[in-house]
Amino acid sequence: MAHFPKPDEGSWTEHYPQLGTAPVDYEDSISPEFYELEREAIFAKTWLNVGRVEQIPRTGSYFTRELECAHTSVVVVRDRDGGVRAFHNICRHRGNKLVWNDFPREETSGTCRQFTCKYHGWRYDLDGALTFVQQEGEFFDLDKDDYGLVPVQTEVWEGFIFVNLDPDNTTSVRDYLGGLGAGIEGYPFGEMTQVYKYRAQVGSNWKLFIDAFAEFYHAPVLHAKQATDEESRKLQGYGFEALSYALDGPHGMVSSWGGMAPPKDLNMVKPIERVLRSGLFGPWDRPEIDGLDPLPEGLNPARSPAWGIDTYVLFPNFMLLVWAPGWYLTYHYWPTAHNSHIFEGSLYFVPPRNATERLRQELAAVTFKEYALQDGNTLEATQSMIESRAVTEFPLGDQEILLRHLHQTARRYVTDHDRNEIPVQISVGS
Amino acid sequence: MTTLLPAEFADLEPFSAWCLATEAERYAKRLSSSMEEMQTFYDVAFPRLEAALAYLDALELDSLPPHAAHLLWLCYSLVNVSFPVEVWRQPRVPDSGAASMDAIIEPAV
Repeated sequence: MAHFPKPDEGSWTEHYPQLGTAPVDYEDSISPEFYELEREAIFAKTWLNVGRVEQIPRTGSYFTRELECAHTSVVVVRDRDGGVRAFHNICRHRGNKLVWNDFPREETSGTCRQFTCKYHGWRYDLDGALTFVQQEGEFFDLDKDDYGLVPVQTEVWEGFIFVNLDPDNTTSVRDYLGGLGAGIEGYPFGEMTQVYKYRAQVGSNWKLFIDAFAEFYHAPVLHAKQATDEESRKLQGYGFEALSYALDGPHGMVSSWGGMAPPKDLNMVKPIERVLRSGLFGPWDRPEIDGLDPLPEGLNPARSPAWGIDTYVLFPNFMLLVWAPGWYLTYHYWPTAHNSHIFEGSLYFVPPRNATERLRQELAAVTFKEYALQDGNTLEATQSMIESRAVTEFPLGDQEILLRHLHQTARRYVTDHDRNEIPVQISVGS
Repeated sequence: MTTLLPAEFADLEPFSAWCLATEAERYAKRLSSSMEEMQTFYDVAFPRLEAALAYLDALELDSLPPHAAHLLWLCYSLVNVSFPVEVWRQPRVPDSGAASMDAIIEPAV
């Protein structure tokens, strides 16, 4: 029985006919060769979110981001004009990694006046210009202007810093994010500066973890124990249906109900949630800031009073979750091999005004980790069995439309790249 | 004897080992504790949570005196053990095997 209306075609999936409804082959998640193609066709070509502007508040603030998926590391810095720049993290002299501490493969951050290479002391200004060469007179016809840091295309959208490693890219990040991105512009992301960030090594293909977070079909079953027994039976009987789905180019979103903040029946939730008025859906009470009412028009597109959360799958590896109670969550999936990746989950809240608000956020963060650990471990079980190739085709339901779209999009980018075409925006209409 | 907590919360002093500043320390203590230890902590601390909130809310969050900060940390630990005690009935998240997830950024206070 349908609880929420679907498009006239009868399903969300058939509303986007290019998706088809056939079972899906997951070879794209188990093939080392396919992963190598993804690195070239996707991660070296598309806009990647590498952080937030709050991470580099002042002139000279910087952080590095390891992009093994694209064979590089970048350093992102606030320049003297207040702009955000990114460079390949390599010294022009003999290729030493420019910015790192103790462990070359670990990310770092800080504030500096200029970048100085540890090896021979070459120095670069915050705009990447080479300003000092140790024993410059020993070199042959060296023009420092020819040896600045190699820039990476960098753009900021709503405070999110994106880089694009393709020097020939001509699409702005705003155009790349399309209608889904435009629909959430103006959300007060910049007010939500209280950050919790978690990181995990996950033994699965990067797309499989996106799959896990891009459908809520699993929630009543995998997370059954988090609810009381009676509530859990009720949830499983009800199942999950989203309020709505939307696809736009390579991106997708699912809008979902969420009656947990606050719950209709307090007996649904665990005792500490009742005392703190918080839980998986975040603190039950909205923070008192501007920008949450009315919300940007892209949020809660079904205009449902039961709205709880909108989940954006922004291709390739960035997910943005905006919660009704006034906070947001990001997921990033950084591939390290065809069957492993680094997962990062970050929670962003309006800074708490007192201990009660602080503890409400703590409970939301702790609860997030409990759920994510369950989700993450399930993936290793999935990866290993898909790799057996004992079964090669998998039926995906209508509530799994974003997964179908994600895998299809990845295959399209790889196929288009293979044909030596530029993987332009894939138009799917709406 | 040196006390870690405000005098009003002397009844929680036996659990001052849970006054831990970071998520990593709290999670490690959870995993190395028995359910009996966490249940005992929870049974004493949970009924005191609302009193602790009232006490702490009267202070500036960004400039808590040391004893108050310890009380807040103890409350963070209570939040952390609430899952084993209220839900899982075991220290680890069920079916999480060897999976781990590290807090790499958390609020300073």
